[in-house]
Amino acid sequence: MPPTADAPARGSNSFDPTPEEVARLREKARFVRLETLRLIEIAKVGHYSSVFSAAEIFAALYYDVMRLRAGDPGWPDRDRFLMGKGHAAVGLFPILADHGFIPKDVLDGYTRLGNPLGDHPDMRKVPGIDFSSGSIGHALSAGAGMAWGGRAKGQDFTVFVMLGDGEMQEGQVWEAALFSAHHKLSRLIAIVDRNGFQLDGMVDDVMGIEPLAGKWRAFGWEVHEVDGHDLSALTALLRRLKADTTRQGPACIVAKTLKGKGVTFMETEPGWHLGYLAPEDAARAAEEIRTREI
Amino acid sequence: MIANAPLSPDSWQYRALNAINPGLDFLSDALAALVAEGHPVIAGAADLQYSNGLNRFAQRHPDRYVQFGISEQNMVTVAAGLATVGHMPFVATFASFLGLLCCEQIRMDVAYCAQKVRLIGHHTGISLGFYGTSHHATEDIATMRAIADLTVISPADGPQLEAAIKASVTWPQPIYFRIGRGREPDVYARGTDFTIGRAIEHMAGEELTIIACGLPVHPALEAARKLNAAGRSVGVIDMPTVKPIDREAILRAAARSKVLMTAEEHNVMGGLGSAVAEVLADEGAGVRLVRHGIHDEYSLIAPPTHLYAHYRLDAAGIEAVALEAMARRR
Repeated sequence: MPPTADAPARGSNSFDPTPEEVARLREKARFVRLETLRLIEIAKVGHYSSVFSAAEIFAALYYDVMRLRAGDPGWPDRDRFLMGKGHAAVGLFPILADHGFIPKDVLDGYTRLGNPLGDHPDMRKVPGIDFSSGSIGHALSAGAGMAWGGRAKGQDFTVFVMLGDGEMQEGQVWEAALFSAHHKLSRLIAIVDRNGFQLDGMVDDVMGIEPLAGKWRAFGWEVHEVDGHDLSALTALLRRLKADTTRQGPACIVAKTLKGKGVTFMETEPGWHLGYLAPEDAARAAEEIRTREI
Repeated sequence: MIANAPLSPDSWQYRALNAINPGLDFLSDALAALVAEGHPVIAGAADLQYSNGLNRFAQRHPDRYVQFGISEQNMVTVAAGLATVGHMPFVATFASFLGLLCCEQIRMDVAYCAQKVRLIGHHTGISLGFYGTSHHATEDIATMRAIADLTVISPADGPQLEAAIKASVTWPQPIYFRIGRGREPDVYARGTDFTIGRAIEHMAGEELTIIACGLPVHPALEAARKLNAAGRSVGVIDMPTVKPIDREAILRAAARSKVLMTAEEHNVMGGLGSAVAEVLADEGAGVRLVRHGIHDEYSLIAPPTHLYAHYRLDAAGIEAVALEAMARRR
């Protein structure tokens, strides 16, 4: 467990997860990738590589950092998670089932008629989804509202908002960034999945966003950069930011990631943002995910 | 010349709008009343707190007021986030911005996410006069009405707004309130009853029934009284809830009157007139409907009262349109 606010002051290393904790989280990230392969096989199309770049972020948040209560997705004091890049929801649904927020067999009907699970997360249909998304650029505002609202009610939950790097091109993100800093929303933590690609190509070619950390800093946020696949560093950073009760405003993590991380042929071909793997190729991908150390 | 000599009492500046225009008090007072009853109200504005009068609420309840600056889309989505953790957000800005600029945030984050956000689109229609098309809202009923699970209420005056806000506490859906600039002549007295989804049938007419919402309700009543005094038979229905619309009230009027007429400060396409036409067509009510409003154009610019006269949305104009409607029957 990460140290709590009232724990005695310790060195910065005290937030580091143990090797056993890292190994467990690595298994969870593996689970996210494998389940993503399985669910997209049902839908016959999906966002593989958008999940793969974020698999460690999902694992660190949902299996270590976030305050959750299994089987109780509506618990008012839970930490919140919002996805600006809602198209990666296929990687989140298996986690929700794992936490008992939705029955596991619901996963088997992913995207089929009458099933609540689609390409994007839907809070009206899926317990455990804290806010719907699908239209890029809204999530940080919604998370800011939760953080403002929680503080006003004297609650201490943390709101985590995962954003795509292509999403940085949406104007509303920066409205929300101004708002969150101005209102000193210290319980709000944004995580930018900086995997470098969007539908039309490399983010820096389509519409450059650098210097990204500098932009967030200039908007009044505390900014940290981390390797988004290094579960030890990522988890330690998330633990530390969550435990920090002295911060006077929101924090942003720029997580440097690789689109398609974990499957070699996806890491070198950005077109896997959306696609379908025939069963023999999915088996190849699964084999690599099961055996490769990230 | 004395630089700091007192100014003439005829001079005024933006922050004194409330003093000049007490009609702006209704919104803040209604919200403060909800707070007094224990409701978890949070009010928000996007750099227009003196235009919508929320500065009055902000002074009274600074801990329940959020300043958003000029970022309307962020305001709408933040309000949805506030609602998810149990607050009752009321966010206000010009209707042109809420009903058009923030359309997608309202659809995705408020209505689709089923968050009980109350959106206050003020200075609607052509009430911003010579501020021009960017500030006119003659499409907001159309856009908001087409969004599923969103209620649309267009009060005729301050007392009705206050009553509608009071009635909205238990309403399960998010609501778009379409209001004027706080200078509408009162149709109702403070404390008037309001039931969401129910029309107010002011008078019955054999020849014509005028169905109006918002600012045109008052001139429609004035026109009908004048016509009736001259021996005509003209009814008036106030239809503040444009969605869900009071179908029975429309059908009663269709059964009673030879001609129906709608009056709204909105494009005749997609607004109240269209909503009434849909009911008449659905039910096969064979009565002529004359839709009166802005006829699919961008309004001219002029002081608001001049525009209302030009577009025949004042009492004399509505009377003239009513006479034409009655003359055209069959």
